Amino acid sequence: MRNFVFLLVCVAVAIVVFFAARMLHNDYIFFAGYTVLQFIVLATAWNILGGYTGYVNFGSAAFFAMGAYATVFFHKLYPQPIPVLIVIGGIVSGIVGFGMGYLTLRLRGAFFAIATLALAVVLQTFVVNWDYVGGSRGAYIIRPNENALVGPYIQYLFVLMLALVVIALVCARVIERSQLGYGFATIRDDELAAEACGVPTLRLKLIATTLSGALMGMAGAPFPYYIGYLQPSSAFGLEYAVNSIAMPMIGGTTSWVGPLIGAILLGSLQQIATVTISSAVNLLIVGLLLIAFVIVAPNGIVGLVQDTLRPRAK
Amino acid sequence: MPAGAVLRKASSLGSAWGECVGLSFDLLINALIAGILLGGFYTAVTIGVSISFGILDIVNIAHPAFIILGSYIAYIININFGVDPIVISIVMLPAFYLLGAGIYQIYYEAFERRGQESLRGLSFFFGLLFVTEVTLILVFGVDYRYVEASYIGPSWRIGVMDFPLRMLVPCVAALALFAALQLFLSRTFIGRAISAVAQDQLALRLMAASPTRIKRIAFGISIATTAVAGALLIIIQPVEPSVGREYIGRVFAICVFGGLGSLPGTVIGAMLLGIVESLTATFYGPSWAPAVAFGVLLLTLAFRPAGLLGR
Amino acid sequence: MALLEVTGLSKRFGGFVALDGIDLSVLEGERVGLIGPNGSGKSTLVNCICGTLANETGSVRFDGQPMDGLLTHERTRRGMARSFQLPRPFVTLTVADNLRVPLLYTVNARAGSSLKSADIHTRCAELLQLVGLAEKAAKLPRDLTQVEMRKLELARAMAAEPKLLIADESMAGLSQSEVDDIVALLIRLNERGITIVLIEHIMRAVMRFSQRLVVLVSGRKIADGLPDAVIRDAEVEKAYLGQ
Repeated sequence: MRNFVFLLVCVAVAIVVFFAARMLHNDYIFFAGYTVLQFIVLATAWNILGGYTGYVNFGSAAFFAMGAYATVFFHKLYPQPIPVLIVIGGIVSGIVGFGMGYLTLRLRGAFFAIATLALAVVLQTFVVNWDYVGGSRGAYIIRPNENALVGPYIQYLFVLMLALVVIALVCARVIERSQLGYGFATIRDDELAAEACGVPTLRLKLIATTLSGALMGMAGAPFPYYIGYLQPSSAFGLEYAVNSIAMPMIGGTTSWVGPLIGAILLGSLQQIATVTISSAVNLLIVGLLLIAFVIVAPNGIVGLVQDTLRPRAK
Repeated sequence: MPAGAVLRKASSLGSAWGECVGLSFDLLINALIAGILLGGFYTAVTIGVSISFGILDIVNIAHPAFIILGSYIAYIININFGVDPIVISIVMLPAFYLLGAGIYQIYYEAFERRGQESLRGLSFFFGLLFVTEVTLILVFGVDYRYVEASYIGPSWRIGVMDFPLRMLVPCVAALALFAALQLFLSRTFIGRAISAVAQDQLALRLMAASPTRIKRIAFGISIATTAVAGALLIIIQPVEPSVGREYIGRVFAICVFGGLGSLPGTVIGAMLLGIVESLTATFYGPSWAPAVAFGVLLLTLAFRPAGLLGR
Repeated sequence: MALLEVTGLSKRFGGFVALDGIDLSVLEGERVGLIGPNGSGKSTLVNCICGTLANETGSVRFDGQPMDGLLTHERTRRGMARSFQLPRPFVTLTVADNLRVPLLYTVNARAGSSLKSADIHTRCAELLQLVGLAEKAAKLPRDLTQVEMRKLELARAMAAEPKLLIADESMAGLSQSEVDDIVALLIRLNERGITIVLIEHIMRAVMRFSQRLVVLVSGRKIADGLPDAVIRDAEVEKAYLGQ
């Protein structure tokens, strides 16, 4: 399937999803669905760096939160329509991704991973001490009730997030099938050999980090409007770090399908669990599933399906 | 006593100088002391990672989670039976050792043997970190917990210098732990085998020592140290489940900064970090303290990844 | 004109001196053999020449240009290719795709080159045919035998269309006829204009292949000249062949 056709299919599916949700006449679907869609974007974004190039990012929350706080900043300074804020969030987090990559990507993958953790804490400390965006007290964003085009505001946010999902999935798929995708795979498989074959590994890794960060920032930009009251502890929350890793690892890291499956499955499970059990227990389940899959099914659900459909030839 | 008199004289001279310069000498000297004591404690926290990361090349980011686990175990036993936390931790050493050995076995079977350490191994330890923290939240809630012991509260005063015992005792205990490990690694057969396993597995095999077994012992020791570090932590400060995350950066910052694989480097790195953090907290406010360690880590990784005394 | 000019190259690892002031020059079109006991620094020398490791002193000049500070992939694009002693295939890519990588990232990245995907496909097929891996094109590296992996390793280095090919122990484990095949292949490549440095332990291959023989022992070059003369050199016999 050519990439352009894939784009059209995604847009068509998105439109169907939106109108199907509207027919259920229950705003809760939009609230819960927004979260699941957000996780699809985060998981896909994480996978571009983690799954394709093999560099693990533990600080997804930082990129997400930078997008959210860029929104808060502009909301106070000079309010913008959300699509503009999404672009701004993408730029801010993209720059952060580039900067961090530039500092640490020359080192081993393990050091990069630790640096991402460090970055998350440093950024959180800065935000906590930055009173203009509310600091540790948090910031209120008054959400308008309606949007002229779509209707109830939550549906508008839902549509925006659907658009981001389409963008993220198309990005991932285009990369996968392009020369860039080959380059990423060689970095993951054997970076030294990749260099010896002429692959400019540092440059490619920087592209991956920047793109991954930008997408996460874009996902974070509408968040203050969704949640109404933004605190550092929620923006930098641990659930973003864990889910952005668990969803691709459980779904499967080698293609764009994995994060999508992982996010839909785990995201929905968590929405149900949060309502029926507690949110701490549901995070515990995610953590245990991550450990289990990493040990037993390293290629995720996609890998399991591939193995059953095509038995190992020897 | 001559030594005490000298110190008192020195500190009163210092105060006079401080008044001239417009700097609060008292504040400065006590911040330095707190920093050194803190640095000593940080040694205990980091020494396990010096072994698991520095020698075994395993990125165990769940290390702080085990420390918090040690803190909570010390807490339960201390609250219910009144036993001193440090004594509790020594009793718990074998249990933590076995836990570490068990985890290494899983890690080895699932990842090292298949050659997939980086992505999967990191995710595994991240999962462990996460599961441990969330389990502690479920069992104990998010309230701060603290222990009771006779040395939590009083301080020694010499002139203007203040040595809080709740920091001095852990510092001494930490340095004792460090000395014991250093002796173990340099004087015993297994200790030297552990130091060697990083560099020459073939030679080890020729000496009829199984590298896997040696690594398992080393990782077990690494986790055993967290029992002690946890008890020391809850003596110094009240603990709640997410405290571990602040320590991830500290621990790796110290390791990388001091130089991977060098235990003496760990002590120096720990001391320096303790002092910088203490000074930052005193003069700029405690809310900036977590950023210091992580900032140091980022800068070290960016500009001198080999650290001070690194291999 | 010397294609590769290594001057005074030294490399240490902590206190251990792996290479001590190595001078080596390779003329365009030459076939040079490099031998030495295990641990003498042959692979370290290759790594320094290709930029995988940074040398402490000395310099590397290739095709008249200084290579200092250039990253490995840039050196590859300028015409230096190497195969690894222990094969390092891209495990999640098929055999054919393994060859596609240097074609895309080296050959196609050179100024003035614009290979279409059909051309790339053809060149992949040609290379696979050349090393005898044509039937395994769609397989993954894990399905190859050790010998086939070595051939893939060599083919991948050849795919970069280098001016200089450094083959690091590509023939370990091959049968005598396979060794002869590879030597013949390398000589054919050389006749097409590719300068080749062959690092090997298999003396039969080295003697048959080399126009010039260099001997490395404990990080120092102890001999450099015509193969027949070098193997008769007393120091070489003592240090290497006599064991």
